[in-house]
Amino acid sequence: MAFHRYDVVVVGAGGAGLSAALELAGEATVAVITKLYPTRSHTGAAQGGVAASLGNVEEDHWEWHLYDTIKGGDYLVDQDAAEILVKDAIDAVVGLEHMGLPFSRTPEGKIAQRRFGGHTRNFGEGPVMRACYSADRTGHMILTTLYQNSVKNKVTFFDEYHLLDLIFTEDGTCSGVVAYELKTGELHVIHAKAVILATGGAGRVFKITSNAMASTGDGMGVAFRNGVPLMDLEFMQFHPTGLARLGILVSEAARGEGGIVRNSTGEAFAARYAPTMKDLAPRDMMSRFIHQEIKEGRGIDGKDYVLLDLTHLSSETIAEKLPDISDFARVYLGVEPTEEGIPIQPTAHFTMGGIPTNNDGQVIRDGEGTVVPGLYAAGECACVSIHGANRLGTNSLLELLVFGRRAGKQVMRDLDSLEFATLPKSPETASVERIDALRGRTSGHRAPEIRAKMQESMTENLSVSREEAGIVETLGVIQQLKRDYSDVTVDDKGSVYNIDLMEALELEHMLNIAEVMCQGALDRQESRGAHYRADFAKRDDVNWLRHTMAYKQGQGLSMAYKPVTITRFEPKERTY
Amino acid sequence: MEVTLRIKRFNPETDKKAHFEEYVVDVDPRDRVLDALNQVKWYQDGTLTYRRSCGHGICGSDAMRINGRNRLACKVLMQDLGKRVTLEPLMGFRIEKDLLVDMDVFFDKYKSVKPYLIADNPPAHGERLQSPEERHIFDDTTKCILCAACTTSCPVTWMSEDFVGPAAIVNAHRFIFDSRDTAGIERLQILNKGTGVWRCRTVFNCTDACPRDIKVTEAIEQVKRALIFGDQ
Ligand SMILES: Cc1cc2nc3c(=O)[nH]c(=O)nc-3n(C[C@H](O)[C@H](O)[C@H](O)COP(=O)(O)OP(=O)(O)OC[C@H]3O[C@@H](n4cnc5c(N)ncnc54)[C@H](O)[C@@H]3O)c2cc1C
Repeated sequence: MAFHRYDVVVVGAGGAGLSAALELAGEATVAVITKLYPTRSHTGAAQGGVAASLGNVEEDHWEWHLYDTIKGGDYLVDQDAAEILVKDAIDAVVGLEHMGLPFSRTPEGKIAQRRFGGHTRNFGEGPVMRACYSADRTGHMILTTLYQNSVKNKVTFFDEYHLLDLIFTEDGTCSGVVAYELKTGELHVIHAKAVILATGGAGRVFKITSNAMASTGDGMGVAFRNGVPLMDLEFMQFHPTGLARLGILVSEAARGEGGIVRNSTGEAFAARYAPTMKDLAPRDMMSRFIHQEIKEGRGIDGKDYVLLDLTHLSSETIAEKLPDISDFARVYLGVEPTEEGIPIQPTAHFTMGGIPTNNDGQVIRDGEGTVVPGLYAAGECACVSIHGANRLGTNSLLELLVFGRRAGKQVMRDLDSLEFATLPKSPETASVERIDALRGRTSGHRAPEIRAKMQESMTENLSVSREEAGIVETLGVIQQLKRDYSDVTVDDKGSVYNIDLMEALELEHMLNIAEVMCQGALDRQESRGAHYRADFAKRDDVNWLRHTMAYKQGQGLSMAYKPVTITRFEPKERTY
Repeated sequence: MEVTLRIKRFNPETDKKAHFEEYVVDVDPRDRVLDALNQVKWYQDGTLTYRRSCGHGICGSDAMRINGRNRLACKVLMQDLGKRVTLEPLMGFRIEKDLLVDMDVFFDKYKSVKPYLIADNPPAHGERLQSPEERHIFDDTTKCILCAACTTSCPVTWMSEDFVGPAAIVNAHRFIFDSRDTAGIERLQILNKGTGVWRCRTVFNCTDACPRDIKVTEAIEQVKRALIFGDQ
């Protein structure tokens, strides 16, 4: 076992982790641990853009952006947090340009902007150009730029180290992490005054997803195992346009540039459901429209997909502004998007819920906002909550920048009062036992089979439309799979790059997360944002205008709630 | 359809040298090579080791030799490969285990070209301006995902360890030709050394290997021209 000491450990090197680390670089000793090489993080897959009301192309205001974010989130958004997001957006995006990000440009040389779902002018009058972009590889450019600046600022990376556990002192202060070095199999204890979790989303709980194989919710899982609640996990975003069967994303930018979704009769059906915003209605709605069309038999050839039509866009627009996604259509489906529609269906995309934090990235443990000392979270693994029940496209990349930075700033403020607390004796013991048990067993259930059953069942019953019987069934499946997991085995007993072992470790987190998602979805007897209950089709503000907080209790769960912060916009019916 | 995968295997904890093993998989013709690898790993032999993450050609984890050519396993479909598919690790890097190679040297070379914007102070308010034409000049090289497919396809890289390699040059190009950057000369000096662009023999393997369709050889030529004519 190896031992290290840094003022701050950041877990995760996506947009959130790197933003936090850059904030701290040079001011404190920082170690970034990441199970992937930083540039492999899933932030690099983001395509369409990052929101800021720059007004470079047409009039825009942060107040409009705020309204859209709150309404888009079906009023479950904490409005004070959303206000920080939209106000800081301008500085954050311009800051990226200053760091070197090669944005696409307007003819005057400013950062180019395009339309995106749910982003409107003047409180809902029609679409507005707010998404700042670099072709359709905005996430790639953000991740690359942040990484380049990390190299410039000599940030210390522990590449290919897998977080196993958080270390807490007896009084509940987080004082470091236990990590597993993939290359050697060695365990590392990193003693720290502050730990920032930035481990990304958990889309891999589902079978059809736009998320990377690494998006397994590890940070959420480790925090949850250590008594931290998980907030609002029943809200999983299904993006309307994943490549059929594969789930690979076709960005909303395609519709922002004028693309239209059509059913088997060729009808541009979104206009029937959302007369003002049409194909740029928010994602939860677009996904439901598609679901409804398919249910009523208007999927293509009666199957479970519809077509995204870009054929009316000029080939220059496609080549200049949507090169990657047209390449995906060609490579994976053999479809030429300039000539034919792209088969698409909703895909599990974004985890709105996560580790609850306050507006400064401090992890909180209850509805009163009690802070867990020494522990911070940012990015998709966190829940501030700025996305509420449904995230607007381009607000997530923005969240990484704004709240990643805020977490870093808060840590700087706290470092004066935080100390290197005395670590418990052998803080790695539980991790050693966990790994020895996995590697030591010679027979038992195989992780890939458990994982596949979980993913099947979640996609079957916890997708765009949910109802009690299905949720109960999947909850039962997950609980059985958790029992199966108790004797899980791995084929690979070695130390060097034991990815088999890593995947089994990730599965534990995914099972816990899936269970929380199911329980939250079962309890929430209403429809709000991405959580649509066919058996409770209306939003219920009287009983459910509140956040869910799920705690691990023994082998089961206990559920509690947290009020929603409302400052400027009272809940209204949501039409587009 | 049934396909036989011939996979080069090496476990440093048990093997003296690498050897091939064969696995028969039943795949959909539209499956990716990565899907076939996953099928082996998940349902036949969990010890098979390779890197992977995004699964659609964006993260750069799963570059490997597929029937002798450097490709991303997630960007090649089984239907395009025939009934026997040979999978080997990238050439020129130390094999850590099976298809997974040591990337440290690669990233060190990347870092050696100062792959970050070096510029005068930005304006107090708002972004620096850059015309679409200025932006277009280095567009191609911003697409690099550091998968190493180019560098490990280059015969010069196989022969001489100290050549910075195509990927590092691509990333230098990205800044040398960025109108906002002021350190082009510094980077050109780095690439003018014996370890730099003059090692390139214009074989075009790198361009063929790039899964992002970056015109790598052309970028290298532009750097060479900038060194000769000073026209960055
Ligand atoms: C295909 C796609 C397109 C998108 N497009 C957009 C868009 O256009 N606009 C927008 O705003 N949002 C978009 N999003 C959403 C947005 O990209 C993500 O929410 C965001 O990038 C997540 O960033 P992150 O930093 O929180 O996590 P990630 O980028 O996922 O990074 C997670 C990091 O944590 C590390 N990690 C995880 N587990 C462990 C562990 N156990 N030990 C050590 N390290 C660990 C990983 O190595 C990685 O470095 C898109 C998402 C997807 C999937």
